[in-house]
Amino acid sequence: MDDALLELRGLSKTFDMGKGERLRAVRDVSLAVRRGESLGIVGESGCGKSTIARMVAQLTEVTGGQILFDGRDVTNLPRGRRRELWRRVQMVFQDPYSVFSPRMTVGDFLTEGLVHFGIASRAKARERLPELLARVELPPELAERLPHQLSGGQQQRVVIARALSIQPDLLILDEATSALDVSVQRQILKLLMRLKAELGLTMLFIGHDLAVVRSVTDRIAVMYAGSLVEQLPSDRLVETAAHPYTRRLLDSVFSTGDRGRKQIAIEDLSLIEKGRQLAGCPYQPRCAIATGICSGTCPSLTAVGENHSIACFARQGEELQ
Amino acid sequence: MDILTIDNYSVSYDGQRSAVDGVSLSVSRGEIVSIVGESGSGKSTLLHGMLGLLPKGAATRGRLALFGREISEMPAGERRALCGSRVSMIFQDTGRYMNPIARIGAQYDEFLRIHGMRDGAARRDLQREMLLKLHLTDPERVLRAYPFELSGGMRQRVGIAMAMSLKPELLLADEPTSALDVTVQAQVIRQMLELRESTGTAIVLVTHNIGVAAYLSDRIGVMQRGRLVELGDSQELIEHPKHPYTRGLLEAVVEIDDERLIANHG
Repeated sequence: MDDALLELRGLSKTFDMGKGERLRAVRDVSLAVRRGESLGIVGESGCGKSTIARMVAQLTEVTGGQILFDGRDVTNLPRGRRRELWRRVQMVFQDPYSVFSPRMTVGDFLTEGLVHFGIASRAKARERLPELLARVELPPELAERLPHQLSGGQQQRVVIARALSIQPDLLILDEATSALDVSVQRQILKLLMRLKAELGLTMLFIGHDLAVVRSVTDRIAVMYAGSLVEQLPSDRLVETAAHPYTRRLLDSVFSTGDRGRKQIAIEDLSLIEKGRQLAGCPYQPRCAIATGICSGTCPSLTAVGENHSIACFARQGEELQ
Repeated sequence: MDILTIDNYSVSYDGQRSAVDGVSLSVSRGEIVSIVGESGSGKSTLLHGMLGLLPKGAATRGRLALFGREISEMPAGERRALCGSRVSMIFQDTGRYMNPIARIGAQYDEFLRIHGMRDGAARRDLQREMLLKLHLTDPERVLRAYPFELSGGMRQRVGIAMAMSLKPELLLADEPTSALDVTVQAQVIRQMLELRESTGTAIVLVTHNIGVAAYLSDRIGVMQRGRLVELGDSQELIEHPKHPYTRGLLEAVVEIDDERLIANHG
């Protein structure tokens, strides 16, 4: 893809669990994030969504495939070259408190990136503090506070301000609003959207909450047990999602308008763990429309519409007819 | 008769602001009431008070009665006997309250025996029946397993199976699905609704997920800084919230069919 800022080609990650056991956390994922786009990755725990983010940020080793950033291969960069990438790719995690040093003031924390990457001297960086704080709608006096003196929402704002201080091209958000109360979550999401528009950011937004991810992304990639199973435009998620797993995720979302009416199929939970070990489609043990082919071969992502692709033998057939 | 009566009930810790402040609420037989609120609203403290599980140093005021008996005046033995048989509780991570070095079957069996089931064969039958009811299709495997050998979702189903075994009249649930994956959460919520239908158990659910509360409950209470600021029929409260805090909370929820926050481009 010409305008891709980030491109994953057949990316895989296998963890060695000891005793000859291997866990395929990410299986052959190909995916591109266009410049200025906000791409969401959704899935449940263990689906590999965070592992992808960690591989892109060079926090864990890639075991197969390639990562291209701005057209250059950045797969498993040697230690000395990671800094260049971190200058352009920043990450925000779920728990803001864990990234602070408890005795470091907000001001010191916020200016660390600017100083570390040689963008500004310590003194010059401190002069920019009011501006950096204002960008995330915080008052300048917060610079003198310690992290535990801030609320969770304020902490996450400071973490976002630091990530943006060095003007990265790509911002990766891994469950960045999941631990926040709903009212704070909405404020942070709105803030991110404002900053994205103002700074022309490219975003990779990872989360388990379909409604949240849908609200802040252009496209959504759905993962299941390490595999990418569907990719589609966010604004058409509810209407056009076709993969049986994406449909199941959608059926599992509770809206305030639901009032006990919707039917939720009850599954045998032991089937969920089985899928990962199979040669075929990982969703096959849970799938109502699986056929013989699904247990032998793993379907690959195939286009079924504009910007819409799914990895499902049964649905691919239907959609293309 | 009301199963649970709470009247002007407050909880405070040495001189601090009240964690629960003048809450009044009653729950009748077979009713599902959800208490929603953000972190620090006092919703969990209120639920722990209902079972007499408040930490030492907690001072309570007002009235909190189960089956017409004031809980603070109940001898400890009577309260213990009540818990498990007529009142059950499930938590966010039931696995944490299990004995890590005892098999699920042994713990389940002991629980039933303590609460008066003398007949060993009947205890075994009930365990299998309850696990199957919660769609744990291989009950023998579950009963032989140690807690760590089951997924979080399976442990939570075991917890609910145990809690519902003695057909309690009241189930207290503290964020029972918050640690679960969304597809598993949906199923557990569905099962709680089915259990109410089959056993007539009243449920008090504490949750931060307003969608879950709306789906499951007959009535919803909204807590803010220790106070119950609104309580009403769940449909009425969601469609016509009266308190400004409730309105704000409902507006903040990101819904799957909302207008998106991102600007469409291209």
